[in-house]
Amino acid sequence: MTDLTRKTAAELAELMTSGQASSVEVTQAHLDRIAAVDGDVHAFLHVDAEGALAQAKAVDTKRAAGEQLAPLAGVPLALKDVLTQEGVPTTAGSKILEGWKPPYDSTVVKRLKAAGIVILGKTNMDEFAMGSSTENSAYGTTHNPWDLSRIPGGSGGGSSAAISAYEAPLAIGTDTGGSIRQPGAFTGTVGVKPTYGGTSRYGLIALASSLDTPGPCARTTLDAALLHEAIAGYDPMDSTSINQPVPAVVEAARDGDVAGLRIGVVKELGGEGYQPGVEARFHEAVELLTKLGAEVVEVSCPHFEYALPAYYLILPSEASSNLARFDAMRYGLRVGDNGENSAEKVTSLTREAGFGAEVKRRIILGTHALSSGYYDAYYGQAQKVRTLIARDFAKAYEQVDVLVSPATPTTAFAIGDRIDDPIAMYKNDLCTIPSNLAGNAAASFPCGLADEDGLPVGFHVMAPVMRDDLCYQVGAALESALAEQWGGVLMTKAPELGVTR
Amino acid sequence: MTVAADVLEIDDALAQYDPVMGLEVHVELNTKSKMFCGCPTEFGAPPNTQTCPVCLGLPGALPVVNARGVESAIKIGLALNCEIAEWCRFARKNYFYPDMPKNFQTSQYDEPIAFNGWTEVVVDGETYRIEIERAHMEEDTGKSTHVGGATGRIHGASHSLVDYNRAGIPLIEIVTKTIEVPGEKAAAVARAYVSMLRDLLLALGVSDVRMDQGSLRCDANVSLKPRGSSTLGTRTETKNVNSFRSVERAITYEITRQAAVLSSGGKVVQETRHWHEDTGVTTSGREKSDADDYRYFPEPDLVPVAPSREWVEELRATLPEAPSVRRARLQEDWGFTDLEMRDVINGNALEPIVATVELGVTPAAAKKWWLGELARSANESGQELDALGVGPEQVAEVQKLVDEGTLNDKLARQVFEGLLAGEGTPAEIIEKRGLALVSDDSALIEAIDRAIAANPDVVEKVNSGKPAAAGALIGAVMKDMRGQADAAKVRQLLNEKLGI
Ligand SMILES: [Zn+2]
Repeated sequence: MTDLTRKTAAELAELMTSGQASSVEVTQAHLDRIAAVDGDVHAFLHVDAEGALAQAKAVDTKRAAGEQLAPLAGVPLALKDVLTQEGVPTTAGSKILEGWKPPYDSTVVKRLKAAGIVILGKTNMDEFAMGSSTENSAYGTTHNPWDLSRIPGGSGGGSSAAISAYEAPLAIGTDTGGSIRQPGAFTGTVGVKPTYGGTSRYGLIALASSLDTPGPCARTTLDAALLHEAIAGYDPMDSTSINQPVPAVVEAARDGDVAGLRIGVVKELGGEGYQPGVEARFHEAVELLTKLGAEVVEVSCPHFEYALPAYYLILPSEASSNLARFDAMRYGLRVGDNGENSAEKVTSLTREAGFGAEVKRRIILGTHALSSGYYDAYYGQAQKVRTLIARDFAKAYEQVDVLVSPATPTTAFAIGDRIDDPIAMYKNDLCTIPSNLAGNAAASFPCGLADEDGLPVGFHVMAPVMRDDLCYQVGAALESALAEQWGGVLMTKAPELGVTR
Repeated sequence: MTVAADVLEIDDALAQYDPVMGLEVHVELNTKSKMFCGCPTEFGAPPNTQTCPVCLGLPGALPVVNARGVESAIKIGLALNCEIAEWCRFARKNYFYPDMPKNFQTSQYDEPIAFNGWTEVVVDGETYRIEIERAHMEEDTGKSTHVGGATGRIHGASHSLVDYNRAGIPLIEIVTKTIEVPGEKAAAVARAYVSMLRDLLLALGVSDVRMDQGSLRCDANVSLKPRGSSTLGTRTETKNVNSFRSVERAITYEITRQAAVLSSGGKVVQETRHWHEDTGVTTSGREKSDADDYRYFPEPDLVPVAPSREWVEELRATLPEAPSVRRARLQEDWGFTDLEMRDVINGNALEPIVATVELGVTPAAAKKWWLGELARSANESGQELDALGVGPEQVAEVQKLVDEGTLNDKLARQVFEGLLAGEGTPAEIIEKRGLALVSDDSALIEAIDRAIAANPDVVEKVNSGKPAAAGALIGAVMKDMRGQADAAKVRQLLNEKLGI
C-alpha cells in the first residue's frame, strides 16, 4: 500500500469508506511517522497514541457495523495545545500549566470526537499563543520541515509543522493575530481563520478573548474546508458565537470558480519591508486569478497602518486579565508552598517561575494599558482604531468581494533571528492582524517559493463576516491553477525529512 | 487589628457634625442556576459540589448570561424607580484573591443595567426620599475559611479552605446616592432603607433575602461634615453589616467614632472598616485610596445586554404594589391611626401582621401581640422580629385560644413566653404550665363563696346599693384562681350570687 501519510484527508476518508484502509492503519501510520520525524521537527508536545488508536478502533467498529459516519471519520488530526481535551495534558506551551489535565472537552474537541476525527496529540505553540515562531514555547522550538534551521511560524507552529511534516493530514490552530495563517504561509500549507464567532472558543485557553478564533490547518483547500465544516457552527456555551448556518465552505472549495469575482489588492500591505520573492509570488498569483476571470482592482485601507499598535494594546490588555487566573491556587504549577509563604507570595513565586519573558512583557503592558489614567489613551484609543479598521473593510467590501495581500512580509526566518527584537517579531503579523481586529474571515494559501531562499510564500485572502466560503473559493481556484504548473500541491516540493528511526 | 478610637456621645457628636451616608447593598438572587453557568445555587451544599469549569474559572471556560438574572435585575431597577439601560455591558473588575477563581469579578462598571432611581422610607412618621445611583449585576465570589487562627481570621491562620459553591451566584449591587437627613435620624433611616429593600425584594420574589445566610449584605459609607458646612468629609466604608439592627448600630458607632477623631483635631482615615456584632464597634481594615485600581474594561467574553422596551414594560406590569402605596392601603383596611401605623413600621412588624391577619386574626389583635410581647422580646434579646422563632401561625393559634375562651390575654402572654423559650407548641405549653382558664363553674362558685366569706364589708357595700364595689370581689376571685379564670364569667356568676 502507498504511504498513507502522503494522502490528503479527503483521500484517506475515501480509502476508509471504500474499505481499502482502516482508521487504525491510518492512525498507526501517522503515529509511526511522528515517531520517525518528530525528534527533528518537535511539532508535538504530547502524543496520545493509546487514545488515538482507541478512537480509531471505535470508528472502525462503527463503520463495520454499517453506521452512518461523518465525512472525516477515522482521519487523524493534530490539536493545538491551547484547546482542552478531557484527561489529556494541556499546557498552552507554558510551564505554569505543566501537568494539568483538563476535566472537560473544548467545544472544538467535542465536535472532532463527534465527527470521528482521531486526535493524535497536542502540538507545540508559543506560550499562551504569544509569538510568531514557537520560540516562546516553554518546551522548545518547533522546526520548519522545509528547513529545520528555520522557525515554522507561530503561535501555531506545531500544528502547521505537523501537517507539513506529514505527521498528520489535518490540524487545529487558533488565530489571534495570524497564528494559523502565518505558520500556514511559512510551511506551505493552508491555514484558515474563520469569522470570529464562527467557531466556538469554549475550551480555548484565552489569549485575547475578542480576537481568538479556532480554525483548520491542512495541506489542501478541500481538506481545510472539510475540517472547517466539522468544527464550525453556533455554540450556546460561547456567548460570542454567531447563531447562523455555517457558510458553504466545502462547496466553495470543490467549486473554486473565481470568474467575475471582484478581488481587491490592499495597497497598504506591500512595498517597503516586504521580501521581493514574497511580492513576486503574490503578484503572479493575482495575475493568475485575473486570468481565471476575476476582476482585480487596487483598494486602499488607510487605517491598516494603525492595526499593529492597536492590536498590541488590545491583546495585552485582555491577556493580562485572562492570565490572572493562573495563581497556583487550583491547578498547574505551584512554587514556594512551604507552609510559611502566604498565598500571595506563592502566587507571585509561581508566576515568576511559570511564565516566560514574552508573557510577562505582555501582562505588564496590558496591566499598564488598563490602568486608570491610561485607559482612555491606550485601550480606549485602540478600540477606536479597531472601529476605523472595521470601517475600512466595510468600505472596501462595497467595491470588491474579497481583499488579498501577501500573508506575511517575509518567508520563514532562522531560529534565533528575531527572538531578541519583539518589534521585528510583531511585524510578522502586519497583514494578518486587521482581519482579527475586524472579526472577519481570512485564510492563507500556498502560492509558491521565494526565489531568494526557496521557502513557501502565503497568499492571503480576506472576506466579510460569515463569508468564509469566499476565501475557499479563491484558495481552491489558486490551488488548482498552481497544481497544473507544479504537478501537485506546493507541499510536493518540500524536501524529504531525514527519518531518525 | 487596631484598637477602636474613643467615641463621643451621639448627642455631642450630632451637635457638632452632620453625617453623610451612602449604602451599598448586595443581594443574592434566588435564580435556580448561577449567573454565568448552569450550576445550582442551593445554600448549604457540601463544599465545592456545585461547581463546573465556568464557575471554577478553569482555563478555556466561558460565561453565558443567565437571562433570569437579568430579568430580576430589571425588576429591582423598576421597583426602585430606575431607568433601565437600553444597552449595557458587563465589565471585568480585576484583582487577585484566592476565592475569586478568575481573579477578576464579572460585574458592571460604567454601564449599569439600572440607574437614576429613588425610593422612600418612613421613620417616626416622616417620609425620607432616598436617591438610587444604580443597581448592577455581578457574580459572587467563593467563600474562604481560615483555619488555625484564633477567631477564624486570616491573621494567624495556618491555611485556608475555599468553597466555590458561592462563586458565580448572581448578585445585584444597589448603590444609593449620598443620603443626608437630620443627624438624629440618619442611622434609623439607613436601617429603614435596608428593611424596606428586604420587603421589596421579597415582594418581587427575586431573592430569599436571608440575612443570616448572607443573601443580603450591606456596606455603609459614613462621613461627617461640620454642622451647616457643605464640604464633605473623608468617608469610611464599613463592611459586614448584616442585620437591620447592625446597620443602625454600626452607623451610629461610626458617627461617634469619627466625631471623636475630628473633634480632637485628628483626621478620619479613608479605609474599609469591619463591624463587630459582638462588641458593637468597627475596626480598621484595609486602607483604601484612590490608587485602588481595578482596571475595569468591558467583558469581551459576553455580548452586550440590550433589554427590549417591550420586555421592560412587560416586567413593569408584573411589579407588585409599591411599598408606600401598600402601606396606605393596609392602614385604611386595618383602621389604624397614623401613630399606630408608624409603630408597626418602626417595629418591623408590618409583614408579620399582614401574615397574621391573613390567618384570620383581627388587625388589632395581631398588632397587640407583635408589637407588645414579641417586639419587646426581640428588642431585649437584640434579635430581628422574624428571627424569634415565633411566626404568624403561632400567633394566630394563640389568638384563637383567646377567642375560644381557653386563654385570656394574661395567660396568652405566658404562652408567648413559653413559645419564645422554645417550650413547644401552644397546646404543650398550656399543658406544661397549667395555663388554661378554669371553665368549671363549681370551682369558680367555690372561689366566689370564699371571697364573699372573706370580705363581708364589701358584700355589705354591694347590698347597700353600691354594685360597683363588687369589683373588689372579682379581683379576689381572680387572685384565688391565680388568674386562670375568665373575668367576665366570674362577674356573671358573682352577680347571680349577689342578686344584682
Ligand atoms: Zn458552574
